[in-house]
Amino acid sequence: MSSTYLGMPSLPVFGTGNLNATESFPQAAKRELKNTQLRANLAHATHTIRDKRENAVAELPDWEEMRDAGSAIKNATMANLPALLEAFETNFTARGGIIHWARDAQEANEIVTALIKETGETEVVKVKSMATAEIGLNEYLQEQGIAAFETDLAELIVQLDHDKPSHILVPAIHKNRNQIRDIFLREMEEVDPGLSNEPARLAEAARRHLRKKFLSAKVAISGANFGLADTGTLTVVESEGNGRMCLTLPDTLITVMGIEKLLPSWRDLEVFMQLLPRSSTGERMNPYTSLWTGVTPGDGPQNVHLVLLDNGRTAALADQMGRTALNCIRCSACMNVCPVYERTGGHAYGSTYPGPIGAILSPLMTGIKSEENNSLPYASSLCGACFDACPVKINIPEILVHLRGEDVDSQRAKVKVPTQMDLMMKASEWAFSDGSHINLLEKGLPIGKLAAGRAKVIKKLPGIAAGWTQSRDIPAPPSQSFRQWWVKEHQSPEPRRNPAKEEDQL
Amino acid sequence: MKIALFATCIVDAMYPRTARATVAILERLGHEVVFPSGQACCGQMHVNSGYFKEAHAVVANHVRAFDADDYDVAVAPSGSCVASVKHQHVQVARRCGDAALEARAAVVGAKTYELSQLLTDVLGVENAAEQLGSYFPHQVTYHPSCHGMRLLKLEDRQSNLLKSVGGIEMVELEQADQCCGFGGTFSMKNADVSTAMMEDKIANIASTGAQLCTGGDASCLMHIGGGLSRQGSPVRTLHFAEILASTLESPIDIDGHVQGQGVSR
Repeated sequence: MSSTYLGMPSLPVFGTGNLNATESFPQAAKRELKNTQLRANLAHATHTIRDKRENAVAELPDWEEMRDAGSAIKNATMANLPALLEAFETNFTARGGIIHWARDAQEANEIVTALIKETGETEVVKVKSMATAEIGLNEYLQEQGIAAFETDLAELIVQLDHDKPSHILVPAIHKNRNQIRDIFLREMEEVDPGLSNEPARLAEAARRHLRKKFLSAKVAISGANFGLADTGTLTVVESEGNGRMCLTLPDTLITVMGIEKLLPSWRDLEVFMQLLPRSSTGERMNPYTSLWTGVTPGDGPQNVHLVLLDNGRTAALADQMGRTALNCIRCSACMNVCPVYERTGGHAYGSTYPGPIGAILSPLMTGIKSEENNSLPYASSLCGACFDACPVKINIPEILVHLRGEDVDSQRAKVKVPTQMDLMMKASEWAFSDGSHINLLEKGLPIGKLAAGRAKVIKKLPGIAAGWTQSRDIPAPPSQSFRQWWVKEHQSPEPRRNPAKEEDQL
Repeated sequence: MKIALFATCIVDAMYPRTARATVAILERLGHEVVFPSGQACCGQMHVNSGYFKEAHAVVANHVRAFDADDYDVAVAPSGSCVASVKHQHVQVARRCGDAALEARAAVVGAKTYELSQLLTDVLGVENAAEQLGSYFPHQVTYHPSCHGMRLLKLEDRQSNLLKSVGGIEMVELEQADQCCGFGGTFSMKNADVSTAMMEDKIANIASTGAQLCTGGDASCLMHIGGGLSRQGSPVRTLHFAEILASTLESPIDIDGHVQGQGVSR
């Protein structure tokens, strides 16, 4: 069948770049779990941030109302995103900024590279940014002969170590201070060879190292926490002040921002400036908030660009059950409270976005069939701690389950031999869809009891059930089910007698 | 009051004592317990594994079994299964485009209670020793399961009931609010992470010095108890319904390795 292009808009483009798990989560997790240093570092760090967040949140009497407000504002934004993007573009442009639209990672990288090349520079300084990590900008620039220097302390550590971030807020959360000192001694030029592992000394070493870059850089690259549609203002919320340096000193400022980062109005910041610091660092207020609207003649960068990035966000928005994942403000509270993340660390998730939010956001942006991303929605016991911690009330467990359904359905579409899980689900569908079916099966309980033997436990099961018995025994089943006992032996008590004493022996 | 018992599949097949204890408590309070024989399972395993199509038949069966006017409320000794009945059933029906089932599931969900919820909010039990004759002279620690805690917001209903049992000594569990790592098929699909979570839970239980860990979900207790058994620990797990059902005259014995094994009357 031939098809004719009728001018209809194409389907949403799925995201590309660093959004994929390249090996299945259970496999990656198995490896990471063996790293005892990593587990110790993570347990210490996540519990520290967790406690700070809890205290910061507990002191606000209207925290729940604030979460409701944050959620409502973001839902309204997503429902009206095309119009808000146009409003933002109009306002940003009117103030001298230049907007570029990027459909995917490749387009965004090409736009940023061309803008840097126009300046003739080969070095840029960077403000910590998830969007540029997502599109793999640093790697791309390197291929193009441009060196990008991370200026956030933790990003700097990771970059110097030729490693990958493992957390969206604390990219070097998997390193302790001894490891950081060793990285600095090994990789930093002109570092004091007597450098100690004291945080203040480490920060000082980083400051000295970065100061030279700040003062010489002509081009800076940033992300943005929020874009305010009614004024065309961009916002960076940070702790260290490196962002302020990058956003004010260079001549050219190029910002890469996901299209979902908009807020309808300046006033909405009042909600998010309370939600974000308390949820992310457990602080009442973050030390530095930078806001800029286009170009201010004679003050700050005179060439101000913004790359608005889709890269799978429209695809996520098209998913009715999953779209609230776009409400994420990248606070990282969900990963700090996640018992799975706490033990595996961020690298196990493959994608730039780890933890519970990453387990939904990555497959939503790339599509469930991309590489090993269909293993991510299963990386959760569905304990629900992430939902409780989320400042914009993203129901992460519900979306995880929704995406598991998407995965199962996409597997169904393939012609294949049923998996053990398929067979288990099919058999239990039969067993659990009629009381008489389960009753029939329960007549076999004495066989299980016999199989358990005198030890009264089952220690080894075959197939996928071996996952259970690798660390857990199963008790011997009882000789009869509850329903069999009920039919045969239960007698409703006579009035006024204590029925508990009427119960029969097991 | 006429109370329909939803035993849940795991209790029906593996831990009948927990359901019998639930019946004993409710009858002791003078209520009539009925057991809708068509019941089987809440379907949570299917839903949480992504098998919505298969879950549809299981949910339809549950709604069929409990969609009757001949009882006042339904109860289950499980936070997780009740959360599924209350929250997931309508979602499954909606996803499968079954509007009739969605409406009926909402009605069933609204009259279904977790045991501590029913005892505290509906039946007015504040003191188990006085109102149920509960007596259990042992040191016990308590793990609040995630779905009861976060989806049903049970808060301290279970632990308050436990604290009011005669003779009991409750020992606080460190990091009690942390998931035990069960998570249904998560325990098989991500067995290594599940085990790592379980080991931390078990270490916290061991450090209480208590010989028993109780809770409100047989599945989590089977997971924790199975791990304790594998490690050769003398500590056992036990559903709180059985502790409430225990009296001075008919105490439950504690013996055996895994919950459901040796606690008999």
